[in-house]
Parts: sequence; structure tokens; C-alpha cells
Amino acid sequence: MRSAIILFPGINRERDMARALTRATGTAPAIVWHKETSLPPVDLIVIPGGFSYGDYLRCGAIAARSPIMPDLIARAEAGVTVFGVCNGFQVLTETGLLPGALMRNADLKFVCRDVHLRVETAGTRFTNRYTQGQVIRTPVAHGDGNYFADPETLARLKGEDQIVFRYVGPNGKPAENANPNGSIDDIAGIRNARGNVLGMMPHPEDYIEPAQGCSDGLGIFESMAAALEQA
Amino acid sequence: MIPNDIPITPELVADHGLKPDEYQRILDLIGREPTFTELGIFSAMWNEHCSYKSSRLWLKKLPTTGPRVIQGPGENAGVVDIGDGQAVVFKMESHNHPSFIEPYQGAATGVGGILRDVFTMGARPVAALNTLRFGDPDHPKTRHLVSGVVAGIGGYGNSFGVPTVGGEVNFHPRYNGNILVNAFAAGIASTDGIFYAAAAGIGNPIVYLGSKTGRDGIHGATMASAEFGEDAEEKRPTVQVGDPFSEKLLLEACLELMQTDAVIAIQDMGAAGLTCSAVEMGAKGGLGVELDLDHVPCRETGMTAYEMMLSESQERMLMVLRPGKEDVARAIFEKWDLDFAVIGKTTDTRRFVIRRHGDVVADLPIMELGDEAPVYDRPWVETEPAAPVDPHAVPATASIGEALIKLMGSPDLCSRRWIWEQYDHLILGNTIQRPGGDAAVVRIEDGPKALALTLDVTPRYCEADPVEGGKQAVAEAWRNLTAVGAAPLAVTDCLNFGSPERPEIMGQLVGAIEGMAAACEALAFPVVSGNVSLYNETSGEAILPTPAIGGVGLLPDFDRSATLAFKAEGETILMIGATGGHLGQSLYLREMLGREDGPPPPVDLEAEKRNGDFVRALIGEKRVSAVHDCADGGLIVAIAEMALAGDIGATLSRTPHSLPPHAYLFAEDQARYVLTAPADEAERIVREAAAASLNVSVIGTTGGKALTLDGEDPIYLSTLRACHEGWLPDYMER
Repeated sequence: MRSAIILFPGINRERDMARALTRATGTAPAIVWHKETSLPPVDLIVIPGGFSYGDYLRCGAIAARSPIMPDLIARAEAGVTVFGVCNGFQVLTETGLLPGALMRNADLKFVCRDVHLRVETAGTRFTNRYTQGQVIRTPVAHGDGNYFADPETLARLKGEDQIVFRYVGPNGKPAENANPNGSIDDIAGIRNARGNVLGMMPHPEDYIEPAQGCSDGLGIFESMAAALEQA
Repeated sequence: MIPNDIPITPELVADHGLKPDEYQRILDLIGREPTFTELGIFSAMWNEHCSYKSSRLWLKKLPTTGPRVIQGPGENAGVVDIGDGQAVVFKMESHNHPSFIEPYQGAATGVGGILRDVFTMGARPVAALNTLRFGDPDHPKTRHLVSGVVAGIGGYGNSFGVPTVGGEVNFHPRYNGNILVNAFAAGIASTDGIFYAAAAGIGNPIVYLGSKTGRDGIHGATMASAEFGEDAEEKRPTVQVGDPFSEKLLLEACLELMQTDAVIAIQDMGAAGLTCSAVEMGAKGGLGVELDLDHVPCRETGMTAYEMMLSESQERMLMVLRPGKEDVARAIFEKWDLDFAVIGKTTDTRRFVIRRHGDVVADLPIMELGDEAPVYDRPWVETEPAAPVDPHAVPATASIGEALIKLMGSPDLCSRRWIWEQYDHLILGNTIQRPGGDAAVVRIEDGPKALALTLDVTPRYCEADPVEGGKQAVAEAWRNLTAVGAAPLAVTDCLNFGSPERPEIMGQLVGAIEGMAAACEALAFPVVSGNVSLYNETSGEAILPTPAIGGVGLLPDFDRSATLAFKAEGETILMIGATGGHLGQSLYLREMLGREDGPPPPVDLEAEKRNGDFVRALIGEKRVSAVHDCADGGLIVAIAEMALAGDIGATLSRTPHSLPPHAYLFAEDQARYVLTAPADEAERIVREAAAASLNVSVIGTTGGKALTLDGEDPIYLSTLRACHEGWLPDYMER
């Protein structure tokens, strides 16, 4: 499976992401500079976390308009798998590939801590290694992760099974303090209607081995490797 | 526009922080009256912050060499060999004055400055830590300062992309008018890819890289070299503004350029900006430097030579390139959208020549600018020894449980989670031990090697006895590294004191350095970098003497490290080290009785070494399940922290009859560790420790959901947790 990481200036979790992709797929991802205008032929395009363009103007807004993006959008529309984490999720909402928006955390503070996620839909190319309703632990590290969508969009996300991860307590039930940022309906990650684009705020790439305290995040990368290897 | 030929009056000299005799020294040195720009350059080079004029004589007493030391003090950061062709590069620096005036930007640019020091040497930063001291929680400014400083540290480090993995935070009224923000950073470099400041070669291009120069931070270093009065607020324009986004680009561009053979020398523009960096590069290389300021990228129009030479705009670098390599460097910097300009060249004249609009505005002897800075052997007096505190004479004002709950929920011992959850402590995916333990552990790439990192100092000990306090700060750093299983390598320091012009303050500095030197010597723990911050006082009241120590250790295998959390029920709890019931300067005395008296606990450096080496070997052999050093608050606080971290309680043995229980449990005697192990292993450890003539005692057994002591009601972990976790968020958000 071939993957590529898009590098915007200010992205800072590309090393973490490259390690996770290499571990799960056996091959290091290509690193594609934002000033390029076309991507190499790949099965998976990843936008990692960070502060692209310093988060100036609005998180992800400038990156969404950089030279590489028209090709990325075209590939996504052609069905190539796209995965955005944290700032990557923000960029994907700014391009319109994913609905909704990410606002300042409800308490206005940056937050870095463990959260528990419930896998809301296990059959996807991102989650086939998990079981439906499984609770996994991942860290969050963001200041703008407060997901918002209008009622119509939210209804569609629910109806079309597009909500992939929700913040829950350790027992899988909604809980006080489980949601670190005030996201509507405890949403942590969503996919597009076609199912080939996933955006999420937590960082599964930082929990892929016991030394990091938890390996729950590796499943996402193994899921993508399994799904895309077969393709 | 400020002209360069304005008359130099005594008032103007004084406004530049130069004393009349220092100005006379300038006149003698150059044989004429300086130009306005030259006066600015002298004030930048000869202030306390840049010249170390009050501390230099004493800093020489610190041991700075060792078999692993590649670079000691004097460069941007210290460099220590960690084997396999790798080196750890680290330093700590103060940003106290700016952080008091403007907490967010002051703290943010403190982090930016120290990160730049590390990557200037060719290292990729892998960890950041910070030592913070705030005033009384009840002081009207404290909450605002905590909030701003924490947001600033997070705002810079999180965006730059370095994990902030630990540090120290304390509160004391003596910091009401002058908080401390000391930022530490460590990076990893190849031993064959370390870059230095010394320029080489004649006629080589000097290039300016990074962000544009603006009017911010002018005279920042001079401001940092004076005490505050009531007018601190007016100094806000001297505080720099940070841009972590530019710094991240600068990091990547510099490291990319360093992979080529283009770079001869590199120096970041920190304190005193272009002046200090250019003079250091020339003076270290024994060369002259000529700069044409018309080529300096500026953010604003109409900047004068004076302003450009003294600006402390952030995220800027100066390099000497190999001739003909300008295009290679330019291409890399333009890729990263950073400014690149050739602004001068090296010469064989040993003169520092500055041109602006075709005129020479400064022409000074470069070696003397640094070397001939004044050095003062300032008068000093020893701190009066404090009367001892007899443990039998200290009353128990509450039950052990009540006292423990009060201490665990006190500002100095409560959980710092509210702070470190605002720092990205996991980025890079190598954080093995997070904030909250004895030392942070950060894996080096995919391992198995790892660094251990800690910052320590106990200012109330230093105030009572600077020599013992200095020793204790070093010993505690060494102990914290040992407690996670690391071999201590070397230290960086940040010496924060009041005005050296007062003999009692100078005596604190002299004493602390003496104690530090003794401890560094005895523990083979050399000082490889550091910073001195004096004049930390407002309206005549100095801070507590705060010689912060940053310790770095090496773990050959991160899998062979220890954490403080209790791991299992029914394990034996051991203590290594002797308890003498030392309550002088203890938190028990302060929190329970409102007393801040007595001498600090004495530091027995031989016992430190013996006990520490024994504990480290046990961790390396995987024979102990949890380890914690015994520090602030004493044995019972250490046990409570271990219990809370593991969510497992403990039953403690009857306390020895020789001491009242509260003296035994809250004493702050040094060189002690608490360990746990399965019962049979614990028996073997006790036998081995006794055979090695170490003080060892069985102090209890893990289990349950409370701490159980003889004759006391159970102290429930839930109660302890509520007060321990509650104080800081309640304070900040009420």
C-alpha cells in the first residue's frame, strides 16, 4: 500500500504519522510539499496534525487553499482514501470534503490528555480492525477541536452513519468530562457520505505501541492497510 | 529618525544602564566619545545579562568537564556524548522580567529563545521543560500571571512541535513583584554534526536568516539587568513578540541547510539581537565583522542603525557561509518562505564595523567588546546560620491524616495537571514518562535509549543556607534522574537572584555556587551550560535565591526504568536512606504552623551517591516495581503520591519510637528513596542494602484504597485525590 503525507508549513506531527504508517503498512509514506501541484500515485493521502500557517486567519483555512489541494480534492472525489488528523481534520472541513467546522475548545484552553472513543461504525476502511461499540484510548492535543454542524447536517451525519468516533467515558457511556472540547453530540471523528474521507481530532498515531502507554490507535492504520491492500 | 551624532550626556549614559566608571572604561578603550549607536552596542554587550560581570568570577568554580562532555558553557548550549554517534544538546535560560511585564509573550519568547539555542547547534529539539515561580496565590496579580505564562509556554511549544514534559511550579510571596520563568530545552544531534558560533575564514559572507527585524525588544537585555520599580508596566515595549510558526520554519530550514556543507558558523539572535550574535561570532573566531545594515530585512521603514542593532525581534539567525554557497542557502530558505540576505562579511581587522546609508555608524574593537567587559568582585557576606529546629519541640497541631490532606492540597504540593494538560506533552510519540513523575523520560527516536530530564531547586532551603541549598538543588536533580533509573549525565543551571550590588544577595550567589560546585564534583555531574539572572527584585525586595538546576540523564533501555505509581497490592514498601526528623524549612512547618525557620536539611553527598547508585542498579535489574524520591513534604507525601498514581493504598508500619510520628513522616531529610517490591524480593534487597551498610527500612505494605497508619483513621485515597487535584483548577477557575 502506498501512502503520502502532505506537508504544509507549520505541520508538526508528520513524524509521528510517518512512524504509524510505516509500522502498519511496512512502507514509509511519501512526503509531499504543499507547493507541489500533483500527488504521486497513492492509495492513501494523509494530512497530519500541527499548526499549518501558524493557525493564522483560521485553523486550516490557508492550507485548504494551497497549491497541492486541487489535486487532493480531485483524488478524494475520485475515491482515493483521505485521512486527516487534528489540523488535518480542520483542513478537510475547510475544503468542504467533510461537513461542519471546528471551533475553539469550549473552555478556550489547549488540551492535551487521554480520551476514550467509542467506535460508532466498525465496518469502514478506517475501523475494520475494531468491533462495533469498542472503546479505545487515544490522546488529544488541540485548541480548536470543538466540532459543530447545523441541525440538518447533524441529522444527515447520523442518518448516513457518518459519525465514526464519539467521546465517551472509559465504560463506553457518555460521561461528564469525557468530551474534551465541547463538540456537538460528542463527535470526535466523521467520514464523508461516500466513506473514503475520515477526519478526527484525537491522535491515534501517538498510541501505536506499549512504550507510548497504549497501542489502541494502531488499529486505524492496520484497518486502512488491510482495506487498501485488498483494493 | 534618531541621528547617530546626538551628544552623549551623563543622563543618556545612565539610561543605557552604564555606570560612570563603565563609561570611562569605554572612553579609555576607544580613545574617543562613542557614537550613539556605539553607546547602544556597549550597553548591550556590557549589561549583566550578556556580560555576567557580577557572576563570572564565581562561575569559574563550577566543574564543567567530564568524559562525556563535548561542549561546556560558553556556546549556545551544552553538548554531551550519549554514545552511538549521538549527543544531547541542552540549556536553560531565564525570561523573568519580560514574563512579569507581559506574561504570555514573555514566557512564549523564553521558550522560543531556548529552542533556538538548541537547534542553532544542529540538534532537533526533543523535549522542553520549565521552572516557574509565582507570588502568593492571594496576590491580586498571581492568577493573571499563571494564566498568561502557562498559555504562553503552551502557545509556543505546542505550535513549534516540541513536547513539554515537565518542570516545577511554586508559589511564594517573595515572587509577588518578580516572577520566574526559566525555560529548558534538549535536542539530539549527531556528534559529527554539531555547529558552533566561531566564525572562520576571511571575506566569508555573513547572512541573515529568519524573520524580519522590527522595533520590538529594543533594550530587552538591559531591562533584564535592572531591578523593577513601580514603573514595570511602562517597560512593556521592551518585551519581544514571538511567532512559533516562523520558528518551526527556521528549525526545518536550518537543519536542512546543515545537511549541506554550506555552514561555517551559526549564532541565533537572542538577547541584544544582531549586536551580540555578530560580536560573538567574530570574537570567538578572532576575526573582524563588517555589516551593512541597508541589507537587513526590516518589518518597518525608517529604522535606524541604533534600533536595528538593539532590536530583539524573534526567530532570527546569523550564519557565516562558505563562499559560493549563498545560492544553496538561499534556495532552502526561500522554500521555507523565510528571509535570507547577505548583510556583511568577515574581515581580518578584528573591528566591528557597521554601515548604514553608506556611513560608518560604529567602528569598535571586537575582541574588547566581549573580553574587556567589566568584571566585578562584588562585596558579599555569608548568610547567618539559622537556629536548629528540634523535632521533639515541633507540636503536632493536627492528626497525621489532617496534616497530609492539608499538605497534598497546598499550592506547592497539589497536582499540576491543570498546567501540563495545556502543554502538548506527547508530540513526537516518544514520551515514555509524562509530567507528574520524578523525571520525564523521552525515548530517542525508536529507542531503546532514552533521556531522563528534571528541573529542581528548593528556594526556601537556599534562603536559609545558600551553600546547603545549592547542594540540595543539584542532589535532588541527580536523585530524580536516578529514581527513574537513569545515569545522571550533566546539568544546566539558571541562577536567579536579586541585586548583586547588595552584599547579602551577592553572598547568596556565592554560597549557592559553592554548594552546587561541591555537589556537581561529588556526583560527577558537570555543568555544561547555563544562565544567570540577577536584579530580580522590585522596590528593594529580592526574590528567594533560586538556583534552578536542569538535570539530564541517560537510560540505556527505556524498558528498564521505574515510575512512582504503586503497581500491585501486597507488595513491600521499603525506604533507602536515613530519617533524622529534620523539620527545619519543611513544608510541614510552613503549612501547619506558619513557620519558615530553621536550617535546611543537610546534604550528605556520599550518602546521596551510595544510596542512588544502589537504587539505580535495582531498577536496571528490574527488581523494584515502583520508585520515588522523598522530597518536599517528606515520607508520607511521597507515599501518598505513589498511592494516588497507582490508585492503590498502603498500610504503614508503626513509626520508630525515637521520633514523634509527625517528625518521622514529614521530615525532609535528603538522600532517601521509597521503593516497592514483592515480599521475597524486598527481603533480598534489605539484606543486600544492609550488607552494603546502607540505611534501609521496611515501612509498610501496599493495598486497599486508603493509607492506614497505627492509631489513625484511614486516609482515603478519594479524599486525598480530591484535595490534591482540586486546588489548582479551583484557584484558576473560581
